Amino acid sequence: MTSEPLLVADQLTKSFGPTTALERASVQIMAGEVVAVMGPSGSGKSTLLHCLAGIVAPDSGQVRYQGRDIGAMSDTARSALRRGEFGFVFQFGQLVPELTCLENVALPLRLNRLGRRAAERRAAEWLARLEVSEVAGKRPGEISGGQGQRVAVARALVTAPKVIFADEPTGALDSLNGERVMRLLTDAARQTGAAVVLVTHEARVAAYSDREVVVRDGRTRGMELAA
Amino acid sequence: MSDLLLGARMAFSGGRDGWARAVLTAFGVGIGVALLLLAAAVPATLQARQARGDARYDFRLGEQLPAAANTLLVSTFDTEFRDRPVRGRILRPEGPQAPLPPGVAALPRAGEVVVSPALKKLLDSPDRDLFAPRLGHPEVIGTIGPQGLAGPHELAFYLGSDTLTIDGSHRTDVFGGGPPGEEFGPTLILLVVIIFVVLLLPIAVFLGAAVRFGGEPRERRLAALRLVGADRRMTHRIAAGEAMVGALLGIVVGGLLFAIGRQLVPLVTLWNISVYADDVRPSPPIVALIVVAVPVTAVVVSLIALRRVAIEPLGVTRRAASTRRRLWWRLIPPVIGLVLLAPLVNGVSAVGAVYTRYQVAAGAVLLLIGAVTLLPWLIDLLVRRLGGGPVAWQLAIRRLQLDSATSARLVSGIAVAVAGTIGLQMLFAGVQRQYTTETGEDTTRATSHVQLFNIPDGSAAIRQLLAVPGVTGGTGTLWAGIVRDGSSPDQASAGFLRIGDCPALAEYAELDRCVDGDVFRSLGPPDGGPSVDAFGPGTQVAVGERETPWTLPADTRTVPARASPIGWQRSEILATPGAIEAGRIGPLSVDTYLDFDRDDADTLERLRNTAAQLSRSSWVGTLSGTTQADRLTTIQRGLYIGIVVTLLLIGVSMLVGLLEQLRERRRLLAMLVAVGTRRATLAWSVFWQTVVPVLIGLTVAVGFGLALGSVLLRMVNMPISVSWPVIGMSTGLAAAAVLLVTGLGLPALWRLMRPAGLRTE
Amino acid sequence: MSIGQTILGLLEAGPRHGYDLKRAYDERFSHSRPLHFGQVYATLSRLLKNGLVEIDAVEPGEGPERKRYAITTAGVTDVQQWLSQPERPDLYLQNTLYTKVVLALLTGRSATDLLDIQRAEHLRMMRELTRRKAGGDLADQLICDHALFHLEADLRWLELTAARLDDLVSEVTA
Repeated sequence: MTSEPLLVADQLTKSFGPTTALERASVQIMAGEVVAVMGPSGSGKSTLLHCLAGIVAPDSGQVRYQGRDIGAMSDTARSALRRGEFGFVFQFGQLVPELTCLENVALPLRLNRLGRRAAERRAAEWLARLEVSEVAGKRPGEISGGQGQRVAVARALVTAPKVIFADEPTGALDSLNGERVMRLLTDAARQTGAAVVLVTHEARVAAYSDREVVVRDGRTRGMELAA
Repeated sequence: MSDLLLGARMAFSGGRDGWARAVLTAFGVGIGVALLLLAAAVPATLQARQARGDARYDFRLGEQLPAAANTLLVSTFDTEFRDRPVRGRILRPEGPQAPLPPGVAALPRAGEVVVSPALKKLLDSPDRDLFAPRLGHPEVIGTIGPQGLAGPHELAFYLGSDTLTIDGSHRTDVFGGGPPGEEFGPTLILLVVIIFVVLLLPIAVFLGAAVRFGGEPRERRLAALRLVGADRRMTHRIAAGEAMVGALLGIVVGGLLFAIGRQLVPLVTLWNISVYADDVRPSPPIVALIVVAVPVTAVVVSLIALRRVAIEPLGVTRRAASTRRRLWWRLIPPVIGLVLLAPLVNGVSAVGAVYTRYQVAAGAVLLLIGAVTLLPWLIDLLVRRLGGGPVAWQLAIRRLQLDSATSARLVSGIAVAVAGTIGLQMLFAGVQRQYTTETGEDTTRATSHVQLFNIPDGSAAIRQLLAVPGVTGGTGTLWAGIVRDGSSPDQASAGFLRIGDCPALAEYAELDRCVDGDVFRSLGPPDGGPSVDAFGPGTQVAVGERETPWTLPADTRTVPARASPIGWQRSEILATPGAIEAGRIGPLSVDTYLDFDRDDADTLERLRNTAAQLSRSSWVGTLSGTTQADRLTTIQRGLYIGIVVTLLLIGVSMLVGLLEQLRERRRLLAMLVAVGTRRATLAWSVFWQTVVPVLIGLTVAVGFGLALGSVLLRMVNMPISVSWPVIGMSTGLAAAAVLLVTGLGLPALWRLMRPAGLRTE
Repeated sequence: MSIGQTILGLLEAGPRHGYDLKRAYDERFSHSRPLHFGQVYATLSRLLKNGLVEIDAVEPGEGPERKRYAITTAGVTDVQQWLSQPERPDLYLQNTLYTKVVLALLTGRSATDLLDIQRAEHLRMMRELTRRKAGGDLADQLICDHALFHLEADLRWLELTAARLDDLVSEVTA
C-alpha cells in the first residue's frame, strides 16, 4: 500500500503557443513526502505543478491522484478536489485584499461549505500555529511579506489537505523569513502527513525536501523515488 | 507647461493597453459630448421646423381679398394615411402672378399634383391604390423642396384645381407669416425643464466616470514618475494634462459622433415628426460652453480623484478607506432644493413667470443632485453594516467596504435617472388624467364614423360607403339645419333634421316602434345643443340651405334621445325617408357608422378614398374609448427612450469599470480558481458587488422620485397618487441595465478565471 | 584535483605528445601555475604502468618528448567513472567542478548530467545540514548556515554554468 504513489504524472506534454513548457515529464509523489521541483526559470516547473494540481490540463499524458485520472474528471470535480484535498501557497498576490487575514484563511473551509463561525475558529488555530495570530483582523495590505506568506501557509493547511502545492513560496522573502516559512510549512506538513510539491530554484529552500526532481527544458530528471 | 505635455504624451503611452484606455476615454467622453450637443440642438431644430411651418402658412386673417392677378384660392384637404397625417391643399390660381408655396417650382394645374418626397414614395409603392384615388389620380409634376416641408418624411401635397370657388376655400396673395405657434403650457415647460435635468445629470455622471477610465494604471504610472523625481505638484499637472487630452479627444469624437448622428436623423420618424439634418444645429454659445466645460471638468475630476490617493514613489496608497464620508455637506443640495420648491407647493399657476420657472428647475435639479451627493454616504453607511452570508456575498461586501466610491458614482447616475423618471411619470400620470378625455365613443356599436358635409346626393353616398370593400355593415343618416317658418334664425327656432331608415335612426333615439313614414322629436339633455321645443307637430319649417318647406306631421311622436356611437346625445327631429323626400332638399350632410375588421387598416384607407371623392370636406375616424393629448404622449415616450439611452450609457461605464477591475485582479481570480473556488461563487460575487449598490441606489431613487413627484403634483394642483406601474417600470429598466452589464461582464470573468492567469510574471 | 584523469580526458580527444598535453593542460586548467614537465611525465608513466594509456608511436630522435601517447579502453572507463562520480561537497572545489565540466564537453559527454549528479550530492549534504540545524543550538545553526550558503553558491554556479553551456560549447570546441 505504501508503495502506491499518491500523485503520478505520466509523460506530460504541454505547450503554450509555440513554446513547449513540458515534454514527456513524469513524476511520482508518495504520500507525506516533500518533493522539491527544481530547475532554471522557464524550465517548466510551474507548469508541472499546475498540471499536477489539475489547474492546467496537459496536452497529452496523464495525471493520476490516488489512482484516478484527473484529466477525466469534470471541471467541477477537479475544483472540488483542489478545494478538498489540495492546498496552495504561491509567491505573492494570493491573499484576497478585501478580506481580513482570518477570513482569508477561513476561505477554503467556507468554499467547502463549512459554517462561518467554525471555519474562522479553525482558521484562528492555524494562524496561531504559524505564529501570526496578531494579524488575524488585519487586511493583507497592512502586514509584512513574511506574515503574509505565513497566513498563506495557514490557508493552505487549514483544510488538512493531502497535498500542498507551493510555488516559490519564499520567492519574495528575505533569507530569515524564507527559512521560517519553510520550517513552518514542512513541519506542519510532516505533522499532518501532507505531501508537499515545492517548486523552487533555491537550493536552501529545496534542502527542506526529502528529494528533488529537476526540470530542464520541460523534461524531468532524477525521478528516482526516495528510499 | 512641459508637465502638461508630458501628461498628454502619457495618455497614449503604455502600448496596446494605453491606446485602449485612451480610445475608451475618448469614446466615453465623445458619447456624452454628442448627447450634450444633441440636447443643445433641440431648440434650434424646433425653431427651424416652426420657421418652415410659418413660411408655408396660407391663411389670411382679416378682410377677404378681391380676386386679382396675384391671388390664389386655397382649400385645406388634410387627410391621414395609416395613422400618419397628410397635409393637403387644393390650389387654384386666379391670375398669372399667383404666389407659389415654398418649395414648389410651379403651381399644379387641374389634374396635376405636387407632392412631398415621402408621399411620392408612397404613390410609387403598391400602397398607391389606397391613397391615389382620394386625389383623383392626378399626374405628379414635381416634388416639394425641403424649404416647404416640416421634415423629410412629412406627407404633403398641393393639388391643382380649376373648379375651386371661394366657397369652401380662401383667397391669399402670399405664403408665410404664420401666427405664433402653439405655446407649451406652463406645466409642459416645467416637464421639459425637468426632463432635461433628468437626462443631462446622468450624462454628467457618465462624463465624470469616462474621464476616470483607467485610473489605477494612471496612478501607478504617476508613482513611477515620482520615483524618478517628480514632485507632487508635477504629478498633478501631469495628471491634468492626461485628463485634458482624453477630454479634448472626446470632444473631437463627440463632434464626429454628432455629425454622423445628424446625418442619420432624417432616416428616423418619431411620432410623425421627422427632422432635416441641417436643422439639427446646436447654438454656438452652448457649443462653446461644452468645448470649454468638458475639459475643465475632466481636469477638475481627475484632480479630485488624486486628492483621495497619495502617490508615493514606491506606489499608490488609497486614503478613501480611512476617511469616513461626511454627511453635512451632502445634505445641502437636497435641503436647498426642498426650500426652493416649498413655496411653490401651493400651486404653480404663476409658473409662466420666468423666475418661478427657474425656481422650479433649480429646486428639482438640487433635489436630484441631492440623490447624487447622498448616495455614496448612504452606500458607505449601509455596506459597513452588512456582513455574514455566503462566500460570494462576503467577497462582494468586503470589496465594497474597501472601495464603494467607484460604484457609488455610477449608481448615483442611475439613481438620478430613475428618481427623475419616477417623479416625472408620477406627474404624467396625474396630468394625463387632465389631458385624457373619455371620448364617450361606443366602440361596440361601430368601428368608424364617416362624415361628409353638404353633398348633393347623400343617399347615394351612403350606399357607396357601405359598398366599400371590407365594410361589413353600418347605417347612415342625412341631416340638415331647419328653421321654423317665418321666424328669424335665432337659437330658439333653429334645429336639426335627421333623415334615415328606422335602424339608422335607432342609433340616435330610443324608438319604441318605427315604420317608414314616421317622424320623431328626440329629447336630449338640456345642454345637448338646440332644443326641439319650437318644433311641435304641424310646425312648418324650412330645411337646409335651399330652405325647402316642410311640415312636421301631426302624428310626430316625442322620444328620448340616445347617445350615438360617437357619444352625441341631442335633441333633433328624426324623419324616415317616407315622411320627407330627401332628393328634394338639396345638399345634405351625411353621418355614417360603419363596421369592419378593426385590424384591417386597408379598409379605413379605402373609406378615406371614397369619402374624399365624395366630398373635399369629409371626416373619417375610427372610434376609440379615450384620447390623449398627443404632446404628452410624445414627451412621455421621449422620456422613456432618453432614460433607456442614459441607463445604457451608465451601464457601459459600469461595464468598463467592472472589466478594468477584473483585469486588475486577473492573478487573484486565477489563484482563487486554482484553490478550487467554484466559478459560480465568483460570478455571484461580481453580481452582488454590482447589484448591492444598485439596490441601495434604486431605493434612494424611489424615495427621491416620490418626493419629486409629490412636489410636482402639488405644484400643478393635483392630488398625490403613487403610480406603482411607473415605479416598477423605471426601476425595472434600471435593473435590466445592471443585469445586462453583469451578463456582459461574465464572459470576461470566465476568460480571466482561466488558471493561465497564474502565469503572468 | 586529479591531474591523471585530466590528462586522460585530454587524450580521449586523440593521441598527443607529452609536450602537447602540458600545453593543452596549461591553456585550459592552470591559469597561474603551469605544470612541470616532470609532473607530466611522471603522471604519464604512472598511467602507462596502470594500463590506462599506451605509446601510440615513437618518432625518431632523442628524448622522451618523441613519444606519442594514446588512451586505452581502460583509460576511457576511468575517465567515465571519474566524471560520473560526484565530488564530495566541499569548500572551494570549483576547480575540480570546472575541470570536470570542460572535460565532459571536450569528450562529448553530457555536462548537464554531471551537473545534475553533483546537485543531487550537494542537496543530500544540504538536507543533512538543514536537519542538523533544526535540532542544533545557535552555534550549530550558524555553522550550518555558513556551510549551506557556500554549498548553495556552488550549486548556483553549477546552474549558471548549465545555463551557459551553449556559450561554453562554442568556446571549448573553437
